[in-house]
Amino acid sequence: MTELRRTPLYPLYAGYPAVRCIDFGGWELPVQFYGIQREHDAVRGQAGLFDVSHMGEFRVTGQYAEAFLQRMTTNDVSRLSAGQAQYTLLCYPDGGVVDDLLVYKLSQDQYMLVVNASNIDKDFTWLSEHLIGDVVLENHSEQTALLALQGPAAAQILARVTAEPIDKLAPFHFLDQAEVCGRKALVSRTGYTGEDGFEIYLDSGDAPHVWRELLRAGETDGLIPTGLGARDTLRFEAKLPLYGQELSKDISPLEAGVGMFVKLAKEGDFIGREALERQKQAGLPRKLVGIEMVDRGIPRSHYPVFADGRQVGEVTTGTQSPTLKRNLGLALLDIAYTELDTEVWVEIRGKQLKAAVVKAPFYKKTQTTGEGAKP
Amino acid sequence: MSEVREHLVYSEEHEWAETVEGQVVRVGITDYAQSQLGDIVFVELPELGASVLAGDSMGSIESVKTVSELYSPVSGKVLKVNGDLIDQPELLNGEPYEGGWIAEVEVEGSVEEALGKLLSATKYQTLIE
Repeated sequence: MTELRRTPLYPLYAGYPAVRCIDFGGWELPVQFYGIQREHDAVRGQAGLFDVSHMGEFRVTGQYAEAFLQRMTTNDVSRLSAGQAQYTLLCYPDGGVVDDLLVYKLSQDQYMLVVNASNIDKDFTWLSEHLIGDVVLENHSEQTALLALQGPAAAQILARVTAEPIDKLAPFHFLDQAEVCGRKALVSRTGYTGEDGFEIYLDSGDAPHVWRELLRAGETDGLIPTGLGARDTLRFEAKLPLYGQELSKDISPLEAGVGMFVKLAKEGDFIGREALERQKQAGLPRKLVGIEMVDRGIPRSHYPVFADGRQVGEVTTGTQSPTLKRNLGLALLDIAYTELDTEVWVEIRGKQLKAAVVKAPFYKKTQTTGEGAKP
Repeated sequence: MSEVREHLVYSEEHEWAETVEGQVVRVGITDYAQSQLGDIVFVELPELGASVLAGDSMGSIESVKTVSELYSPVSGKVLKVNGDLIDQPELLNGEPYEGGWIAEVEVEGSVEEALGKLLSATKYQTLIE
């Protein structure tokens, strides 16, 4: 048994009596500080602060960095200006997903990639095997901490601890060399909750100071620390995919509903393009949809889904939505059963219970944020 | 600190039991169990009239994140279930020993013997420490 890894903030968790930590891909991380419902409500209504320092950060440097990323990722890197980030995917030649990630363009020849914690080693190896020209790949995950400040009050809270013009930061834009609570940081208007918010990249040693100062600055606005449990329910309601559930080496980005981040027409070839083009032309065999239970029950990850007397797919994520109080799931279903209102049956503890295909995302924030969000 | 009530008996799976009258025993989950589960959002109650066996699953309890089996602490027949839990599963968090009771079971054979197999409050307290 290998020892669980901890983020630089771990010693601070002890200050919360209701904190509960779990093993998350080899990391000992807080699933909750107070309770998932309360933390979920805080992010939808006010703000929450997540420690997501377990995420991986890579640096890609070199004259050929853009060409390299163009070849490795599905989105179009050439559309990025310095100070802009994009959601994208790494695919295998067969169109299955290696990982989903964010690419930050720092300068013409320097990029930061932010990858899932459980995939750090796999991604690093995959990228290393395909390096071209003068491109240098470095893993900065150890020395980088990441805090996510999320919720409608995030901007006003952050404005109190920085002189940077963060209110003008459009979604998927970032400030390199910013200062937050007197410490150097990269601040981006990004997140994984379906709310407005920021992600703050720091040197590991600075994270405890910034964590404490942010919580103090946001106290009057209802800011509380929030754990991985709420992060999962928040991203689920917003239909943001989680690698290992909605995405995997056996699920293509088109099937998972993130086809808009696959730029088949971009200049230059990329790994997986041919397979994805073929899948698009042939028509998708299955698709990720929202389902809602009609009978009493809660769908959960891997529960099989039936229709016409046979299995037509499975649930990828499911829970009782803390915002909507409806028993909802995301399910990967045969394409014939993906129309709205289609009746399906979810097998829950040996019983087949009725459900229906419904619209997803289940939740969308109402207000627009940042200048870039205005039409 | 989780509350353990002196007059109840407990199973190692964190259920409590107490005699209501005669052969009838009321069962529920402990304060410790509810605090471990977190916000409870769904209960699958045992079926009325069903025969249950001590240590066997008779239903389930779900929080936002997890599904847990509900084990019967005694063997017998389900006489009553707490229907309030269908619309208010949060009663299990708020009052696990009162409004959050789960079922009443008519014990097969000797009640003393059935409850005698379970843990005293003192022993249960040690178990959860």
